Amino acid sequence: MRAMVYRGPYKIRVEEKDIPAIEHPNDAIIRVTLAAICGSDLHLYHGLMPDTRIGHTFGHEFIGVVHEVGSSVQNLKVGDRVMVPFNIYCGSCWFCARGLYSNCHNVNANATAVGGIYGYSHTTGGYDGGQAEYVRVPFADVGPAKIPDWMSDEDAVLLTDATSTGYFGAQLGDISEGDTVVVFGAGPVGLVAAQSSWLMGAGRVIVVDHLDYRLEKARDFAHAETLNFAEYQDIVVELKKQTDYLGADVVIECVGAEADGNLLQHVAGAKLKMQGGSPVALNWAIDGARKGGTISVMGAYGPIPNAVKFGDALNKGLTLRMNQAPVKRQWPRLFEHIRNGYLKPSEMVTHRFPLEEIPEAYHVFSNKLDGCIKPLIVPSAA
Amino acid sequence: MTENDIPTAYVRDKRTVRETNEQLRARIPGWGADLDPADRPSHPKLRYAPETTGAHWEFPERQPGSEGRERSIEHAFVTPVFGTAQPLTGASGAIRRLAYERFSEGRLAHWMLLVVGDRVDAWGSHLRSFATLRPDVPATGMRAEFTHGGLSSRRGRVDARHHVLDPVVVGGPWVLAAGVAVVGARRLARAVRR
Ligand SMILES: NC(=O)c1ccc[n+]([C@@H]2O[C@H](COP(=O)([O-])OP(=O)(O)OC[C@H]3O[C@@H](n4cnc5c(N)ncnc54)[C@H](O)[C@@H]3O)[C@@H](O)[C@H]2O)c1
Ligand SMILES: [Zn+2]
Ligand SMILES: [Zn+2]
Repeated sequence: MRAMVYRGPYKIRVEEKDIPAIEHPNDAIIRVTLAAICGSDLHLYHGLMPDTRIGHTFGHEFIGVVHEVGSSVQNLKVGDRVMVPFNIYCGSCWFCARGLYSNCHNVNANATAVGGIYGYSHTTGGYDGGQAEYVRVPFADVGPAKIPDWMSDEDAVLLTDATSTGYFGAQLGDISEGDTVVVFGAGPVGLVAAQSSWLMGAGRVIVVDHLDYRLEKARDFAHAETLNFAEYQDIVVELKKQTDYLGADVVIECVGAEADGNLLQHVAGAKLKMQGGSPVALNWAIDGARKGGTISVMGAYGPIPNAVKFGDALNKGLTLRMNQAPVKRQWPRLFEHIRNGYLKPSEMVTHRFPLEEIPEAYHVFSNKLDGCIKPLIVPSAA
Repeated sequence: MTENDIPTAYVRDKRTVRETNEQLRARIPGWGADLDPADRPSHPKLRYAPETTGAHWEFPERQPGSEGRERSIEHAFVTPVFGTAQPLTGASGAIRRLAYERFSEGRLAHWMLLVVGDRVDAWGSHLRSFATLRPDVPATGMRAEFTHGGLSSRRGRVDARHHVLDPVVVGGPWVLAAGVAVVGARRLARAVRR
């Protein structure tokens, strides 16, 4: 089969690999029909995630058709069209039993601090991902769901991560009616977080980024006010002015390790890898929130310590909430919202690349060229 | 500043006017659909509901082949299911194994050794690739600079100056390695001649 393969930081290519085999009775092999690149993949692509091995196939956002099932699989059969959450999880450990699907203890031998994720380095378990023609899906009775007939492929693939994560991010903000919500980052995750904030009753939603084309999307698509941080001497002061010196009731951080806006932090974190990513947006979130407010962090960081302004977070009495999104827990409600037209994930898709052109896709998405918001990957066998 | 101009933060009650719920509802499809915090999918954070996950086992059957597989020492054993992609090999494998066997996830040494393992793995692979028909290059996908508006897309952006660093960070080690290789080859040639 053809598969995306990591060759070192900033280097990927498409190679021939064996079709994955059933390795556990509850495995399924899925033939991928549509995949996507996530902002999280950029952390791997830039070499920010420890134990990313040469030859690794990335990709944790994908849908496909069941190609083969293991002997104990009951809920899926060959030929089913399925969407697969980015979390690999067992459904039966202490954490899964309590709904913490992204924190499963039975799937990642390499680390206890993070659960299992497809195609996301050995630090999340060493599973090859779905930017390929086929992928091994462990616990086929737990993670995957059949795609409802009425749902489009684009909506389905965007539910496997970005949409569920944005919505989850808004939830962790504990938004109350009338709250002022500030969202950092106008990528797919931030755009959905902004939309979801309205669903939860926000009175004002302000999206911060520096890419004008994405801020335009935040206005049109997510009905939000926008601030381009590059136009202000100090974005935190502007946020205080905008909120009558209170600060935001809720801040949702949807940027993560590659944050721009402070050259020193960016170079130390994202370029020289001296910390687990550049916490610029996280620090702005801490400064921009009102005292007693809540910060929800969806942006991902590496396991190496970061220069985070923890003292101010304490002094301000902030509540910090965060996790990898437990995707499937969000699905029933999100299916309703999509059906009602409240959420339209597919409208974020800007590019479709054939799998053979995935090196270009990564370059475009990483450098935010050509108005790119969400690039999809179409495998050759699809 | 008259009393009325004093910003909200300095007085008891918030006086800023916002759009009414009706206005928001009219403007934003679905506004308030999930207004009740107790009726949101991830509430409460811990919700005991093992019967809803689809798992039909107490503890999963164990995937064969766990002997010798690396694991975090914070785990009691290799998890019943694990990834089998890119098993440890060679020098990078030895470094990574050391990271796993000696240091918990709480130790910086664990992560720094893994980072070193990554660099050794990458450079070993680059060197091996030079002996194949598909040698590695410093960065891939560069064609998109021409097909997807590399210059026009970056006009006026603040991160453009960070992008300028990319060739240095990415290409720098390659230039250095090439230099070392040339000097090494010269020395070798001289030594052979002598
Ligand atoms: N927690 C989870 O489960 C989960 C799941 C998916 C993605 N993520 C993370 O969410 C983040 C966003 O993902 P995405 O796919 O939307 O990525 P993306 O790269 O498309 O978007 C990131 C955006 O942040 C902007 N940005 C950079 N620096 C900023 C700053 N200082 N302030 C405000 N904006 C800034 C960028 O211009 C870009 O538009 C990533 O870190 C990703 O790893 C987390
Ligand atoms: Zn992701
Ligand atoms: Zn579990």
